[in-house]
Amino acid sequence: MKPAPFTYHRARDTEGAVRLLAELGDDAKPIAGGQSLVAMMGFRLARPRHLVDIARLPDLDYLRRDADGALRIGALTTHHTVETAGDGALGAGYAVLRDAMRWVGHLPIRTRGTVGGSIAHADATAEWCLLAVLFDAELTAYGPHGERRIPAAEFFHGFYTNALEPDELLVDVRFPAPARHAALTEFAERHGDFAIVSAAVTLDFGPEEGAGPGTTPLRGGRVALGGVAPTPVRVPEAEEVLAAGGRADAALFAECAARAAAAVDPPGDANGSSQYRRSLVRTLVEQALEEAVNR
Amino acid sequence: MTAESTAQARTGYRERQLVVLDVNGTEHEVLVEPRRTLVDVLRHDLGLTGTHVGCEHGICGACTVLVDGRPARACLMFAAQAEGSAVRTVESLAGPDGELSDLQEAFTRHHALQCGFCTPGFLMLAEGHLAACPRTDKAEIREVVAANLCRCTGYQTIVEAIDDCARQRRNREED
Ligand SMILES: Cc1cc2nc3c(=O)[nH]c(=O)nc-3n(C[C@H](O)[C@H](O)[C@H](O)COP(=O)(O)OP(=O)(O)OC[C@H]3O[C@@H](n4cnc5c(N)ncnc54)[C@H](O)[C@@H]3O)c2cc1C
Ligand code: FES
Ligand code: FES
Repeated sequence: MKPAPFTYHRARDTEGAVRLLAELGDDAKPIAGGQSLVAMMGFRLARPRHLVDIARLPDLDYLRRDADGALRIGALTTHHTVETAGDGALGAGYAVLRDAMRWVGHLPIRTRGTVGGSIAHADATAEWCLLAVLFDAELTAYGPHGERRIPAAEFFHGFYTNALEPDELLVDVRFPAPARHAALTEFAERHGDFAIVSAAVTLDFGPEEGAGPGTTPLRGGRVALGGVAPTPVRVPEAEEVLAAGGRADAALFAECAARAAAAVDPPGDANGSSQYRRSLVRTLVEQALEEAVNR
Repeated sequence: MTAESTAQARTGYRERQLVVLDVNGTEHEVLVEPRRTLVDVLRHDLGLTGTHVGCEHGICGACTVLVDGRPARACLMFAAQAEGSAVRTVESLAGPDGELSDLQEAFTRHHALQCGFCTPGFLMLAEGHLAACPRTDKAEIREVVAANLCRCTGYQTIVEAIDDCARQRRNREED
């Protein structure tokens, strides 16, 4: 469990970090919280010759509301910062992000692990990856040629692979629009483990004042799943049920969950067979919808 | 093999780096390979063997220390990453004369340890949690201690010890 030797560099600013990564080439990796990378290096699943420590970059640790209602999260913001953020920083429309944090490992992992590290690591069941896909987040990469924005739907390429170039950093995650009625739930054998299957949903009751499950018919919603494919996925078949509108009640939720379970073709592995995952999808989507409507 | 790594293999030379660490309020300078984890520096270079090491990949929590007051896995950090932070280990809990802290006393009273291998990790986890959330309750403590593995106690006594210590601290504050 000892990593292969490497040279350690500490970046002073984002500019410098990117320059260093470009100079050092494919042998270099950024390290943020290290909560995935250090273990990967211990197992020798990763053997970078150079580590560029970005954890202290002062300008990438923030939670910010834009005038248009979007929420921006700096890549180096820790899970713990989001977990302990006040309503002022998030608002009801992003409370689901805070509530989802209790699913991310345990407190000592969350104090160091970062939002950007989690998304860049691109684990198929990571909560941040699922939330990014659910909210259609926009990811900003910064490299030697400047900034580029990547929609979450195009960011995750497969198991632990993403759209970033080796000399690019993920710097900002933008959640474009709030979703008051939203929930994330998952199943793992022990709380704190990576999920076997995770489900996240939003329900849209329209923008009117006082709009909500009691008074307004459903206008639509989103369904996203982790643990059923190499990347988190949206499930259009299940979203069609929500878009058809009507009362947001148990019957509609059951129909939506059944459609989600029918639409996915999860791989089976040591953590659960394909059939088992499919059953989890049905249960978890239904649970998430119930939770979302009651918010 | 590159020329550089061949040379390394021949001479046994490995790059070392000066790391300055603040551990329990004392500054330490160590010359270590960059791949040296914080827990290995604490134990092997500083002789602070109170911090234990079990799995070395973030699962068991035996290596839990406080980094800037917050619980962290010392096996999932390179020592170099801890530069500029205040690190606290289990050695910081007892007084200079060896008198146990209130938290350690509570662990003793409640039989919150058997073999004791996990104990330094649980103590530092609890110390960090109580400092951040003095009004904590048993449900929250249960969730927090799920971070660490104990193969002996069944956790019940650990939860009771932490809860008892929290209550006593609150009572003292009110007096
Ligand atoms: C016991 C345990 C349980 C865990 N459980 C969960 C869980 O349930 N759910 C979950 O989501 N996670 C879990 N994690 C992982 C944790 O969330 C990590 O924090 C996260 O995956 C990585 O964030 P990091 O900042 O630590 O990244 P690092 O480990 O530092 O880096 C991870 C990868 O991302 C790259 N990287 C980091 N930051 C950037 C950036 N800004 N730009 C480009 N590349 C970057 C690194 O080069 C590396 O390849 C767990 C970890 C442990 C040890
Ligand atoms: S030794 Fe660090 S978590 Fe097990
Ligand atoms: S007391 Fe033996 S592992 Fe916890």
